Amino acid sequence: MSIEPIGPRPQRNFDPTRIMIYSVLIVAALYYLLPLYVMIMTSLKGMPEVRLGNIFAPPVEVTFEPWVKAWDTACTGLYCEGLKVGFWNSVQILIPSVIISIAIASVNGYALSFWRFKGAEVFFTILIFGSFIPYQVMLYPLVIITRELGIFGSLAGVIFIHTIFGMPILTLLFRNYFASLPEELFKAARVDGAGFWGIFLKILVPMSPPIFVVAIILQVTGIWNDFLFGVIFAGTKNFPMTVQLNNIVNTTQGVKEYNVNMAATILTGGVPLLIYFLSGKYFVRGIAAGAVKG
Amino acid sequence: MKSIEIKDLSLNFGDLKVLEDLNLDIYDGEFLVLLGASGCGKSTLLNCIAGLLDISDGQIFIKGNNVTWKEPKDRGIGMVFQSYALYPQMSVEGNLSFGLKNAGIPKAEIVERVARAASILQIESLLKRKPAQLSGGQRQRVAIGRALVREVDVFLFDEPLSNLDAKLRAELRVEIKRLHQKLSNTMIYVTHDQIEALTLADRIAIMRDGKVQQLDTPHAIYNHPNNKYVAGFIGSPGMNFMPGKLNGGGNPQFATGGLSVDLSRYPFENGGSADGSEAWLGVRPEHVSIGRDASGKAFSHEVAVEVVEPMGSDTLVWTTLADQEFRFRMDGQKNVEVGEKLNIGFDPVSASVFDMQTENRL
Repeated sequence: MSIEPIGPRPQRNFDPTRIMIYSVLIVAALYYLLPLYVMIMTSLKGMPEVRLGNIFAPPVEVTFEPWVKAWDTACTGLYCEGLKVGFWNSVQILIPSVIISIAIASVNGYALSFWRFKGAEVFFTILIFGSFIPYQVMLYPLVIITRELGIFGSLAGVIFIHTIFGMPILTLLFRNYFASLPEELFKAARVDGAGFWGIFLKILVPMSPPIFVVAIILQVTGIWNDFLFGVIFAGTKNFPMTVQLNNIVNTTQGVKEYNVNMAATILTGGVPLLIYFLSGKYFVRGIAAGAVKG
Repeated sequence: MKSIEIKDLSLNFGDLKVLEDLNLDIYDGEFLVLLGASGCGKSTLLNCIAGLLDISDGQIFIKGNNVTWKEPKDRGIGMVFQSYALYPQMSVEGNLSFGLKNAGIPKAEIVERVARAASILQIESLLKRKPAQLSGGQRQRVAIGRALVREVDVFLFDEPLSNLDAKLRAELRVEIKRLHQKLSNTMIYVTHDQIEALTLADRIAIMRDGKVQQLDTPHAIYNHPNNKYVAGFIGSPGMNFMPGKLNGGGNPQFATGGLSVDLSRYPFENGGSADGSEAWLGVRPEHVSIGRDASGKAFSHEVAVEVVEPMGSDTLVWTTLADQEFRFRMDGQKNVEVGEKLNIGFDPVSASVFDMQTENRL
């Protein structure tokens, strides 16, 4: 006997398509999570246990010794002060770079989308073109420029470089976001007597927390993960965490302490990881918002 | 006295001429509507008056002051936008007072002005709310309030009702008219809706391709359109146009599709036209009489009903006259069937004749 259809169509919970999708998703998730699992397990083992070579086995005796060592006493070349030096260096590089680059880029984006000055298109094209030039091409000229400015091998130098390299993508991001706001709002503010900065600070910035969050995420992860600029422009004393990590992992003398290396790597990756977890929703939203209107 | 004077205004975007040698005088307390299809330059002209667009040539005077190079805030204007353009992060009160704060007006006066505007527009209870918590009609009221608190001589409206539904639009239209009667300041109102234009305006400027086609009272524009474009643009359903030949002389006739219309009582402007010249005859659907009324008209003819469109108060009937599609409006209470033969007629006095080439009124 068949049932006369009435009301909402019944949902099938286990139709083949759904099973397929979830299987693929689960396998993919496991595949990407496996290295993290190995890292965490290894970092919690003592060296004798690591030497057994069972990288997938959970630790028999859980120890946090490698974490403490990675943070506090691991040797990076000559100094044996652990990653903490690099961590604070990275923080010192990160905060000014993020603030300065976003402050400048947001004003750039605002000017490019609302104050269509003569040559705005050309300026924008050059800026975008800049983001396609490989970094390597610009390294040597930039070394000379920073040297002439007297900031080579200093915190100021590396902050300067990060600000410059953040400019194209951030300007694009802000320009596209501001371009999606109604132009009449801008006109209304002009009739109301607000000037260049008044419109920006009182009208647009309060409307734009999502895009600022996206910009912060992009810059924090980008600058934190940077190795190249840090190693070239920061100077030995100011090496960021990534460079310190490299020095720990690549130490050639003595025994390779895999557990310490793993702990150090997780510590270094912790900051961007945390950012993603805390702001995943904003991240996706912002990227989508930036991409829709070009 | 002239409130706004526009002299030889031109605006080019590169090679594209958006506005060309435009001259317009708007008098004190006048309600002027800029009407036209999209892309005709009406909003552009309004933006030029507001100072939001830099013009390529010409001058703009407001209250006798040359404001051509002045910033929008210094022109003594208030502006209302189609999308309301309220500042979303500010309360209604914040929206109303933003311009006043920028102008450095003392706090006590700001409070007073906001209260006055709010009471005129009956939005006192909404002052603490954010724009997102308001309906479309309330938002547009706040937007009007933002122009009101500036206490300026000239109000500019850029399609203020286009984002509202039909019922609200009719309500706010009356409110804007009341507001104008109360404040009696100069208002320039851009719209593509002819009903708004006809109901609100003291004078209408019909624009096309950056030029003013006709500037006149709603009555004159409806009854004496300058050219075929204006005639076709105003009126809904649009005017019927029949191509034909003018036979001049003391007893002018219009010949079309085997029919002849006696134009001896038609008030030819510019002394009429040459014998045998080609022309359009335009007849408004609402100027057509039916049945016994038609027999008394200067022109009458029997036609067959083809399509009937009942519209409540009226019924629109489609038929063929002189091999041309022809529609007319009749009383909605009368019954009419497809295929029925009807005698229709009209008076040439209420018709319009346009030259075939120039499309100007004859």
